[in-house]
Amino acid sequence: MIPVLDKPEVAATRGPSTAATTVASVAHVTKRYSNGVVALDDLSLSLHRGEIVALLGPNGAGKSTAVKLLMGLSSPTSGEVSIFGADPRQTAARLRTGVMLQIGRAPEMLRVREHITIFRSYYPQPMPYADIIRAAGLEGIEERMFGQLSGGQKQRTLFGIALAGDPDLIFLDEPTVGLDIEARRAMWAQIRSLAARGKTVLLTTHYLEEADALAHRIIVINKGKVVCEGTPAEVKSLGAAGLTPSGGPAAIAQQGLKIIRCATTLTAEHLLAIPAVTRVESVGSLTIITSAQPESTLREMLALDQNLHSLEVSSPALEDAFLALTSDH
Amino acid sequence: MSTATYTLPAPTHGLSRNLSIFATEVRYQFLGALRTRAFSLATIGFPAMFYILFGLLMNRGETLNGVLVAKYLLGGYAVFGALGASIFGIGVGVSMDLSAGWLELKRASPMPPLAYVLAKCCSAVGFSLIIVTVLTLLGISFGHVHLTVGEFAKIAGIAAAGAIPFSCLGLFMAFTVPPSSAGGIANLVYLPMSFLSGLWVPLRFLPHALQAIAPAFPTYHLAQLMYRALGATASGSTLGHWSGLLGFALLMIGLTWIAFRRREQNS
Repeated sequence: MIPVLDKPEVAATRGPSTAATTVASVAHVTKRYSNGVVALDDLSLSLHRGEIVALLGPNGAGKSTAVKLLMGLSSPTSGEVSIFGADPRQTAARLRTGVMLQIGRAPEMLRVREHITIFRSYYPQPMPYADIIRAAGLEGIEERMFGQLSGGQKQRTLFGIALAGDPDLIFLDEPTVGLDIEARRAMWAQIRSLAARGKTVLLTTHYLEEADALAHRIIVINKGKVVCEGTPAEVKSLGAAGLTPSGGPAAIAQQGLKIIRCATTLTAEHLLAIPAVTRVESVGSLTIITSAQPESTLREMLALDQNLHSLEVSSPALEDAFLALTSDH
Repeated sequence: MSTATYTLPAPTHGLSRNLSIFATEVRYQFLGALRTRAFSLATIGFPAMFYILFGLLMNRGETLNGVLVAKYLLGGYAVFGALGASIFGIGVGVSMDLSAGWLELKRASPMPPLAYVLAKCCSAVGFSLIIVTVLTLLGISFGHVHLTVGEFAKIAGIAAAGAIPFSCLGLFMAFTVPPSSAGGIANLVYLPMSFLSGLWVPLRFLPHALQAIAPAFPTYHLAQLMYRALGATASGSTLGHWSGLLGFALLMIGLTWIAFRRREQNS
């Protein structure tokens, strides 16, 4: 497994004294369902105070199983899960967590205000009602029945429910599904301000752009194991490098990998012979080259192929990294 | 990286806190059910409509087991109402919460799980009381039914208590029946069970074979308690009927627990 890395600026925003306080941990957890399916295979991860962690993985990778264990809705076959040093199934642990799940249907004939009131009643020290309304952007729809809300409004109400207990650890499962761009950005801002106040957020999302924009740390899992873990930049570089880093993610990240797309007559063998080129792939008429030193690589390529055209240079996208990291080799 | 951990505050889940959570849960559960017209109108309307048709419109002032037919059937339809409120409110309601993931969200919260179950049960009791009141008012207004305050208090108490074993049946259904067919199965239990325990047509007018199996249903026992409270003759002993209902409730709770555990092991 790849060691956990801290982005320096992230550690700084958390403050030196609290930077490494472990809020939740999953240690060597295996989860085998009664039908024999192994959803998690010796999975270990930890969440720290004040960070936003995105848990990514293809469908069936074990994301939701991992989150369910952390929420205390399921127990591991072996290994240990702990939240604030306690079993997540204990009320004491639940009092400090907030949960936003994808819900097919919530009681429709209750008002937004009533839903928030019900969940606030579960906590001895809930977040003030007005703060929840403001943070979740529920002004003006408080008196509406849940069933009459639009998809985005429902999603915001569920976000408000997750905040009800002023929790220190918040699980957000696909929080921005159905939100328009403006509402999505508003929710991102709220999530960031939660982290700035020392709260820990575990995010699962299908929007890689969301993970890229929000997360301090990304954990990619596939087939019940952690495939890669690091800052968004590190994960992207790792993916672009083809997942066999010799010097670890930090070494890769420092290399500043770039993706070069162009139409060229140069063969893959030729290209791989150029120093700093780590990977060559051809897609249709285009050739995609990954290089750790894009400037020198390009100089050489342009010298070798006078007819090179349709040139494009980009930073590796999280989506590419994700696909590379989770594909079956 | 150090692994300093937090110390958790002692859970402040005293009795008073739990009671306040429970009160909030009951209040909104009942309010939500009342506002859901498809549920509240059907749950109250079905027994009222049946009572109007069979108890009042076909009423020719005849007596049955010592009381007016309209008064006798009031007891039967009150049991029918309690069963409907429980089976649809809990059997279908919990099943939907379960399939939609709502119950999961509730369970991940610090809500005491019992608060959820008790709130659903109290809501069924509340509907049961509304139904028995509506039926009584219909009987008094249109069926020349005379009822003392004491008799009404007794049948209301029986209707409320009866909703509890029926709620246990509802819970068992919620954890065993697939959510997509919960409504259909609920009807398959609700209607035949009501008929077979003589709630619609008094048992003595049913074939002997059916009369013999009636005591197998909890609705039969509740109905006998109702008839006796209304001054009609009823079979069996009061204690026996209450024991039957208690036994049924415990059986359902036990089966629900088994179904719940099996579900847990699969999740």
